[in-house]
Amino acid sequence: MMNSSIRIEGINKRYDDILALKNISFDVAKNELFGLIGPNGAGKTTLFRILTSLLLPDNGSASMEGIDVIKDYKKIRSMVGYMPGRFSLYQDLTVEENLQFFATVFGTTIKENYDLIRDIYVQIEPFKKRKTGDLSGGMKQKLALSCALIHKPDVLILDEPTTGVDAVSRKEFWIMLKELKNKGITILVATPYMDEASLCDRVALIQKGQILQIDKPKTIIDEFNKKIFNIQAESSYNLIQDLRKYEDTYSAYLFGQYVHYIDKKSSYETIKLKEYLVKAGHTSIEIEQIKPTIEDVFMDLM
Amino acid sequence: MKEVEKIITVKNLVKKFGDFIANDNLNFDVYKGEIFGFLGANGAGKTTAIKILCGLSKPTSGDIEVGGFDVYKQTEQIKKNIGYMSQKFSLYEDLTVFENIRFYAGIYGLTNKEIREKSDNLIQQLEMQDFRDSLISAIPLGWKQKLALSIAIIHQPKIVFLDEPTGGVDPITRRQFWDLIYDTANKGITVFVTTHYMDEAEYCNRVSIMVDGKIVALDTPKRLKEIYHAANMDDVFLQLAR
Repeated sequence: MMNSSIRIEGINKRYDDILALKNISFDVAKNELFGLIGPNGAGKTTLFRILTSLLLPDNGSASMEGIDVIKDYKKIRSMVGYMPGRFSLYQDLTVEENLQFFATVFGTTIKENYDLIRDIYVQIEPFKKRKTGDLSGGMKQKLALSCALIHKPDVLILDEPTTGVDAVSRKEFWIMLKELKNKGITILVATPYMDEASLCDRVALIQKGQILQIDKPKTIIDEFNKKIFNIQAESSYNLIQDLRKYEDTYSAYLFGQYVHYIDKKSSYETIKLKEYLVKAGHTSIEIEQIKPTIEDVFMDLM
Repeated sequence: MKEVEKIITVKNLVKKFGDFIANDNLNFDVYKGEIFGFLGANGAGKTTAIKILCGLSKPTSGDIEVGGFDVYKQTEQIKKNIGYMSQKFSLYEDLTVFENIRFYAGIYGLTNKEIREKSDNLIQQLEMQDFRDSLISAIPLGWKQKLALSIAIIHQPKIVFLDEPTGGVDPITRRQFWDLIYDTANKGITVFVTTHYMDEAEYCNRVSIMVDGKIVALDTPKRLKEIYHAANMDDVFLQLAR
């Protein structure tokens, strides 16, 4: 048995006629960096609101560090750090005032837990007198993380912290998460970015309120049982159009400059496809088998 | 051969807020019918530049024309000739699909007859017949975004600005949205798009990358990868923006 930090058992949640969560069960181990990967509307925020005691499930139960999220909701609120998807700090307070405010609300001081946030906060400290509303997206996100950490939570829950954040800031943010994990914090993070899955210890792929798969990212990729081919040609726009018309196409999706292609047949030779593409007028055709990405697996499960 | 008719020309665009230079001497052209990717880190100055190009903000200096109109004096003509869509600002959640179409089409000055025809066509194209009278808040995000783009071009503008149109959607819907972007460009409407998904940068005809108020690179994705010896646009972006 793993040493669980978060336990979720049979959670259902319905909003009118929409079943937002269908029988969700999973555990997150102590000190694990666990990713909830899925698009907008998958149910990630609903689950997080239940875990953080802001919403009641219709049925099912959940606990964090052995504390029930419904019965002991007051204790839950002091041991969890939550960064909601919508930026929720006070825009008309300065950087320092926001941090001070959250420390005070939780009955602590910035000084007492400064060690935990130092590496993140030093990056925005030069702007501590600036109004929070005037910060750039990347800086707001660092401040929100600092505020979520200032009471030294056991569990950190982050709802899409990297949505709308540029590629560089996203990479920096994940480095910060690794460092927090090394300090012993259990982290549950939601993201619509499939490429961030590989940075988690384990991930749950979630879609329309249901968990599609839970495992280590590497295991999910290794166990994917379809062959994926990377196809490149002079015009990738025409390439995808022609692949959609091809009789043996199981799926074909654009991946940057390439198309990822899955054939209907498992015993598959590239010669027939190449001939088809040449006939359709394509040049500089390259076809090679590749390892799938989490995004390939996710789209196949959808 | 591709036409090289210029639809946006930007010469020496400078925008200052007090001492802060948000746009530091930008120079670029956008061609008719192309998909132009406008990339940059948060805070690099993209939104400032887009506001100027949409006629919503005046530059401090520079010569800028959008659709043949001057951004200082002809902002009303600019607004009539462009479409705009973003994740943050698009449709009214408490109006139905049809009411949103009617509202925007009315704003853009279409006649009642045109509105009826256009909305029927549009709802049919998007296969949303069953949801004509559903509130926007009740339809999935992917549909909202497709509808938002279709509405942004309902008045057949010369250019459509898409500001992070695909944030947060599932990977299949994100790709379907790009099909719609290609359709738009194939109709001759120029697409000016921002995104944080670097795989989407590969789908643009040309890409510019802004860092600290300046455009530090502008070329086709293929050329940029050659110049920066990069495997993909993510590498190019990291090299320039880090």
